[in-house]
Amino acid sequence: MMPTVPAMEKATLEISDLNFYYGNFQGLKNINLNIHEKKVTAFIGPSGCGKSTLLRTLNRMYDLYPGQRAEGKIMYNGRNILDPSQDVNMLRAKVGMVFQKPTPFPMSVYENIAFGVRLYENLSKGEMDERVEAALSKAALWGEVKDKLNKSGLSLSGGQQQRLCIARGIAVKPDVLLLDEPTSALDPISTAKIEELIAELKEDYTIAIVTHNMQQAARCSDFTAYMYLGELVEFGETDQIFMNPGKKETQDYITGRFG
Amino acid sequence: MPGDHSSKQYDMDLEAIRSKVLLMGGLVESQFADAIACFRSGDLSKAEQVIKADDNVNRLEVTLDDTCSHLIVKRQPAANDLRTVMATLKVITDLERVGDESTKIARTAKDLHQRGTVGVLNHYESIRVLAADTADFLHDALDAFARLDEKQAAKLIAKDDVIDHEFRSIMRTMITFMMEDPRTISVALDTLWVAKAIERIGDHAKNIAEYVIYIVEGKDIRHTDYVHTKLDSAV
Repeated sequence: MMPTVPAMEKATLEISDLNFYYGNFQGLKNINLNIHEKKVTAFIGPSGCGKSTLLRTLNRMYDLYPGQRAEGKIMYNGRNILDPSQDVNMLRAKVGMVFQKPTPFPMSVYENIAFGVRLYENLSKGEMDERVEAALSKAALWGEVKDKLNKSGLSLSGGQQQRLCIARGIAVKPDVLLLDEPTSALDPISTAKIEELIAELKEDYTIAIVTHNMQQAARCSDFTAYMYLGELVEFGETDQIFMNPGKKETQDYITGRFG
Repeated sequence: MPGDHSSKQYDMDLEAIRSKVLLMGGLVESQFADAIACFRSGDLSKAEQVIKADDNVNRLEVTLDDTCSHLIVKRQPAANDLRTVMATLKVITDLERVGDESTKIARTAKDLHQRGTVGVLNHYESIRVLAADTADFLHDALDAFARLDEKQAAKLIAKDDVIDHEFRSIMRTMITFMMEDPRTISVALDTLWVAKAIERIGDHAKNIAEYVIYIVEGKDIRHTDYVHTKLDSAV
């Protein structure tokens, strides 16, 4: 189906004819959509609709699991990232992911950030210090942890841990951040801080977010995709989707008519 | 028509709002009819009733505004539900104003008949057609709102021009009377105020019709030439 977006938006990721299988079960059916540069695209839909599955194709996370396979094309920087010749480690630095449950490494705050950077770059101590500070600042966490960089990442609060994970993703200079229900496990105040952070981050990064919270999608995103049973039902500008969606199924979902 | 919400309470809340709006609509329709009747007859106790009835209308406005606010904070309505609640908030304002205009008509009727200057010109006959057309207009607009019939609403909006035209005719007639015979001035002016109040009621009815289109189609057509363009292109 044709997305209702103006042609001048530049696409960072172009998904065409994407189909995904868990063994014999088809989790995604013929997905076509563009993730626009430096915009926030939200994915909404009931459990099992394929939104997290879709997110995980964007950085080949599914590769880690045997029996899961994707067919079709996802173009990024002129290359199809589904191609076997794609360097997935490089991809996962450029297309970073943050999960619902914060996943800090069992290391110090500093090491959490430095660990990933070291996989890709050879920085001096001074340069690494700068990189760690820059990443933590960008994730709105620097002020809270600058005096305890040597403390374990696990000693932070849930909201702080999540921002640490975002900082970790930012430190390796991504183009895209994939956020899979990033605030579902957080209290309202932490959630609000992360949503504010998303608004700042989109100045520099393209963001795709999966969320169960429709108001969050309405607040945070520029574009929204509604999915159901592995299909993309409707995609468009968030204002349009929430004020006057094109499809009845979309309207039913966002107004709570699940019958 | 959309299906039921998963939350039965939500559907019940929406239905409660809907029925109160229609109740309010019924009240202001009767108020208007009674106001015109006492302009004609001079029934002073009826005029008092119309003026008092406005309290009920005003109370409903306050209750409904409150109920809608509660719904918004509880349910965060989206899409058609949101448009329905927003339109409802505006409809109740328009209905409350219709009540105010009817009250003005009743007060003018009282003044006119108490002064005893009745008979100088046929004040009722001058506004009879305008009043009947406007009463139909208001009724049809409320009907379109109740049934969310955007086609009927579009046709109604075009009729507002007819009401405005009739009002201007009445104004010219009254001016002519006043120029010919200064003894008619006071009754002519009263008749003009009543005609103006009726014309305003027509404007409010048109607003209600515009909100119907907003709810159903998601288009805010206020202050546009939407209806004439749409009807022209349908021809």
